[in-house]
Amino acid sequence: MSFISYLINGVSLGSVYAIIALGYTMVYGIAKMLNFAHGDVIMIGAYVVMAAISGAGLPPGVAVLLSIVCCLILGIVIESVAYRPLLNAASSLAVLITAIGVSYLLQNVALLIFGANTISFDSVVSVPAVTLMDGALTITGEAIVTIVSCIVIMIALTLFISRTKSGQAMRAVSEDKGAAQLMGIHVNGTIALTFAIGSALAAIAGVLLCSSYPSLNPYTGAMPGIKAFVAAVFGGIGSIPGAFIGGILLGVIEIFGKAYISSQMADAIVFGVLIVILLVKPAGILGKNVQEKV
Amino acid sequence: MRRMKKINKTTKSNLITYAIVIALFAAVQILTSAGAISSLLQGLLVPLCAYIILAVSLNLTVGILGELSLGHAGFMCVGAFTSAFFSKCTAELIPVAGVRYLFALLIGAAAAGLCGILVGIPALRLKGDYLAIVTLAFGEIIKNVVNILFIGRDSEGFHFSTKDSLSLGLLPDGEVIVNGPQGITGTPKDSTFTVGVILILVTLFIVLNLIHSRSGRAIMAIRDNRIAAESIGINVTKYKLMAFSISAALAGVGGVIYAHNLATLTAQPKNFGYNMSIMILVFVVLGGIGNIRGSILAAIVLTLLPELLRGLSDYRMLIYAVVLIAMMLFNWSPKAIEWRERHSAKFKRKKQKEV
Repeated sequence: MSFISYLINGVSLGSVYAIIALGYTMVYGIAKMLNFAHGDVIMIGAYVVMAAISGAGLPPGVAVLLSIVCCLILGIVIESVAYRPLLNAASSLAVLITAIGVSYLLQNVALLIFGANTISFDSVVSVPAVTLMDGALTITGEAIVTIVSCIVIMIALTLFISRTKSGQAMRAVSEDKGAAQLMGIHVNGTIALTFAIGSALAAIAGVLLCSSYPSLNPYTGAMPGIKAFVAAVFGGIGSIPGAFIGGILLGVIEIFGKAYISSQMADAIVFGVLIVILLVKPAGILGKNVQEKV
Repeated sequence: MRRMKKINKTTKSNLITYAIVIALFAAVQILTSAGAISSLLQGLLVPLCAYIILAVSLNLTVGILGELSLGHAGFMCVGAFTSAFFSKCTAELIPVAGVRYLFALLIGAAAAGLCGILVGIPALRLKGDYLAIVTLAFGEIIKNVVNILFIGRDSEGFHFSTKDSLSLGLLPDGEVIVNGPQGITGTPKDSTFTVGVILILVTLFIVLNLIHSRSGRAIMAIRDNRIAAESIGINVTKYKLMAFSISAALAGVGGVIYAHNLATLTAQPKNFGYNMSIMILVFVVLGGIGNIRGSILAAIVLTLLPELLRGLSDYRMLIYAVVLIAMMLFNWSPKAIEWRERHSAKFKRKKQKEV
């Protein structure tokens, strides 16, 4: 029975990774850059919710909406100030280092505003826990909400990308920026939209993560952010279903690693997975193997 | 005749770099004997040597090889722990500090270099972003492993455990050497400022000679255009791995210096985590990517400045972040480059008019 409950925990954690990985994958697909600051947007989102609930006394639903809006704006600001000027830079290293700088900046701004102490985060989920099989198996409300919202986001995003005009524009830009511009697509606007969606997802992920694991400090986002990147690579970076599958698998691997191997080595196991994937199948499970043009 | 001049130019530039280090060393010695350096600053001198070596070695990866490594602190950690372990084990066996330190250095560098090769083989097949993430992952794994490692020694030999120091099952005469999260206590304090400066010179000698050698040119060719380099028969994997492992080994040397300056060596996020890797990256970026001399100066300025301006210490990390972003935007964004060119052109024209 403990196996099933670990599995559910794993899928729940994996759903959070999947939501974060969606943001990574979309940004990577379109701007061909690794947005290191994505994990820290999660942390900012969680802080906004906490401040809105305990500081301003807003109801949880409004607080979550506020946090989504804040992160959305933050995402657009980061993109336009730090990343857009470097979009056509000669060195790909420049964008990567800038992204690290932004990540570091967000962490330290949070450190100055909220302090270094870890604070406990009150769960915003009010769904009651479900008990199955005569009390042998309990699924927390947080797990249910996390898994359901991950599936909803996944479906909504797939529909958005495949059915709407903006989604079509995104696919076109990720395929070929120059050609997309010639077809009358507003490239910078599309990239900004991608960042906005990714950051809004990060806010949701932050709330869900902190509801399940109720502790919050300025470094909360960094580790899940990096793990979600591992998940995105696992599933094949640039692919939306890939991010979903990679996230779920990584969450399950982490929880099983914690439960059956060693609780302190869980992070090491996750990163070990990354190294193995990169050795065996660098394109990921659903990734396309792109031939390099000379 | 012209060729002679060309050779002289690089040699001259290298000699200037060595001379700067020696001059700074002399200046510090004079100031110390004059009593002008506070004990706080004196305590910073040995870590500063370690930081300079780390910055120079990271510049080899970032500037010369053109790949981003975010796990430099991990290699430093490997060097620090293997050498501290060695020094503690042989503290009685080899009573001469100098000889012991030399062995510790070689072991620390070799272990870090070996890790560099192990990480490099899978990672260097991939491009920029992946390498950054893999090295970051490696740094975290090392920190994790060190924190759960318990090693003890008694008359029967070494005991290993990953649980706690009790489960080592030591005999009464045994002692715990590596104590998990508490790390290694009682490493001989063999690092001095003089040793540190000598090691900086050795590091510079290795790196500068590598850069100006045939291998160095091959590495820079790969950085500038991998496909072109491959097409003229340069073995990309070999040279990438070479630069990466040398960089890792030198980071290990930095770790050895760092470890032998501390009474208690623990692996915490602060000293061997992501933050340390970023700090070294900031040294490299501020000093100029690919500019070895710049790395040295940036490391010195950024280590000493926050101590001199105590009021800024809260904002130190924030300033690092802004420095990273601003340097990148100013140096690499096409618009900034255009702006700079226009203004420097204007400046030049003015000068010409004056003449």
